Amino acid sequence: MKYTLSVLVENQAGVLSKISGLFSRRGFNIDSLAVGVTSDPTVSRITIVANGDEYVVEQLEKQLNKLIPVIKVKRLIDGEFISRELCLIKVHSPAAKRFEIIKIAELMGAKVDDVGTNTITLEYCNTTDKIATLTDLVRPYGIREIVRTGTIAIDKGKTTVN
Amino acid sequence: MISGADIMVKCLQAEGVDTVFGYPGATICPFYDSLYDSDIKHVLVRQEQNAAHAASGYARASMKPGVCIATSGPGATNLITGIATAYCDSIPMIAITGQVKSELLGRDVFQEADITGACEPFTKHSYLVSRTEDIPRIFKEAFHIASTGRPGPVLIDIPMDMQTNMIESFEYPETVKIRGYKPNTKGHTIQVKKAVEMIKKAKRPIIVSGGGVLSSGAKLKLQKFAEMTQIPVLSTMMGIGVMPSDHPLYLGMLGTHGRRCANKALHTTDLAIVCGARLGDRAIASPDQMSERTKIIHIDIDPAEIGKNVAVDIPIVGDMNNVLRGLIENIGDFKINDEWDERVKDLKAHYQNKISTFEGFVEPRTLIGKLSSMLKRKAILCADVGQNQIWCANNFRIREGRFFTTGGMGTMGYSIPAAIGAKLGLKKRDVVVVCGDGSFQMSLNELSTIVQNDLNIKIIVMRNYRLGMVRELQDNMYNKRHSATILNEAPDIVALAKAYGIDSVEVSSNEDAEKYIGKIVESDKPFVLVCKVHPDTPSIM
Repeated sequence: MKYTLSVLVENQAGVLSKISGLFSRRGFNIDSLAVGVTSDPTVSRITIVANGDEYVVEQLEKQLNKLIPVIKVKRLIDGEFISRELCLIKVHSPAAKRFEIIKIAELMGAKVDDVGTNTITLEYCNTTDKIATLTDLVRPYGIREIVRTGTIAIDKGKTTVN
Repeated sequence: MISGADIMVKCLQAEGVDTVFGYPGATICPFYDSLYDSDIKHVLVRQEQNAAHAASGYARASMKPGVCIATSGPGATNLITGIATAYCDSIPMIAITGQVKSELLGRDVFQEADITGACEPFTKHSYLVSRTEDIPRIFKEAFHIASTGRPGPVLIDIPMDMQTNMIESFEYPETVKIRGYKPNTKGHTIQVKKAVEMIKKAKRPIIVSGGGVLSSGAKLKLQKFAEMTQIPVLSTMMGIGVMPSDHPLYLGMLGTHGRRCANKALHTTDLAIVCGARLGDRAIASPDQMSERTKIIHIDIDPAEIGKNVAVDIPIVGDMNNVLRGLIENIGDFKINDEWDERVKDLKAHYQNKISTFEGFVEPRTLIGKLSSMLKRKAILCADVGQNQIWCANNFRIREGRFFTTGGMGTMGYSIPAAIGAKLGLKKRDVVVVCGDGSFQMSLNELSTIVQNDLNIKIIVMRNYRLGMVRELQDNMYNKRHSATILNEAPDIVALAKAYGIDSVEVSSNEDAEKYIGKIVESDKPFVLVCKVHPDTPSIM
């Protein structure tokens, strides 16, 4: 089971290492982790996407809550939040294939950021699933490099994590 | 103007600290220079790890955070085992380490170690000071975090320039404001009522009490609740002392090294009321089976402990004092039924242990069984780790005193430094150490500290020339192949103790041992009693 946690933390040095250390130490597997400052400059928000059963996610929430710089932990409920991830994909692209790849990008709503003699770099901001679809579509041309930010997520409607 | 080092001393004074344990070095020198003029007693240990253990013993005795100090690099890394031990045993502790100048941080200079990084898994929280102005706030927060909620060690790493910097003035904050730290101590009223209903319906309830009952100071409330309801009580290693050992409702320690009657009772119960215990693997070997067999009410200040090892029916997060008060107020005149009462009495009578003795040797279990009656009622026994720990846990007849050992981490060498801390925390108490010859040799250098501080600590060394616990494991699981568990006859511990200036004798019978104990408890000097123990003496009955 995949689950998404929003964690508000003190925006201080060393907090991220406390959190990442907790994962390795307690044997929790994480798919992605994204950090950024919130509207309050003293608070950062970490979005964690992790894998595990109910026992694991409950322990994870409790152990995160035990860390002093962690202000709040919230498990986002499936279907009630919006999630996005940004990725940059550099695809092998000789001139003959260039337009095919641009067509795929257009269909998927990805942006072409850079074109070189033998490569094309796409920028895509969407859900993890959609990113998987795009990478599947361009894989036959040869993916040179992928960079991803990790998922960020926000509740739908008026619910917030503040 | 005031220096960071002077501020550190003033912070300790503001927290009411009267005794600290440490070992100096270059990067903590400014602090030591300020400490020199203060009224705080500094106990110079002989290795930093023992400063942390002594602070642990002091904290357990005085019920205040213990303070230990070391320099940067190796001084700090030597503290780690002591900090980790305190973390496992939930002991409130402040560890202060010097650090290289901030401008040199990260350059791998002489005696630099990333101690906040290294201690991350073993501290409740840690600070690396980056502004002298922050020192008062950091100390205030550190003492608050260490001593509230589930107690634990907090590390403050202070670069040398933060200690020498001068700032305008010192002001100690009166309150703390930490957004992410608000331990829930109350105990949810509805959960308490649900627990009461479950207890009233139970046919064979039992109380399993752990170290949390002692660290919250709720011992008497637990005894009262047990006596009101006549529910029998078991304890974990850390919970020993919750009930007087001879209390009719007390069945002893549970677990792999516990008493059979305690384990039998736990197998028979239909409701376990777990109080301030985390139910680690030594206490409950197969948690899944336990959850299937019996209902469980789990009370703990740390929500992360509830449901971690054993699935729980009613979780209650809160301070033991508050929750027990709630249980006492709501339980009414409920008492366990006669059938269960009889059954428990039977179990206790049936599983009386027979002890085999060896001619020409001290029988340690019998001796420890008698030890308490030769000491004052409130004596503190510090047990080390190994067979000696199990002998003490199962046989020391605790009355109103305390039992200090490391149940969580199981750190050899704990008992002597912990006793130093305990004696300084409660000066009037009898303090006795029981250790093996292996654990004795891990911290025998502290005999020097005992002498220097004129501490009346009696040390009983159970000498079998073996690392007995592991040897026993090898007997049972490794085909009696005694790999690396045989100690040689050297050193002559009696001569060694005398070299430190401590009187000592070796005895080889219980009669002689008792005779000497009777004599040495009258004296106010330390003593090392070496008891020759047969290597085949088992840890459990």
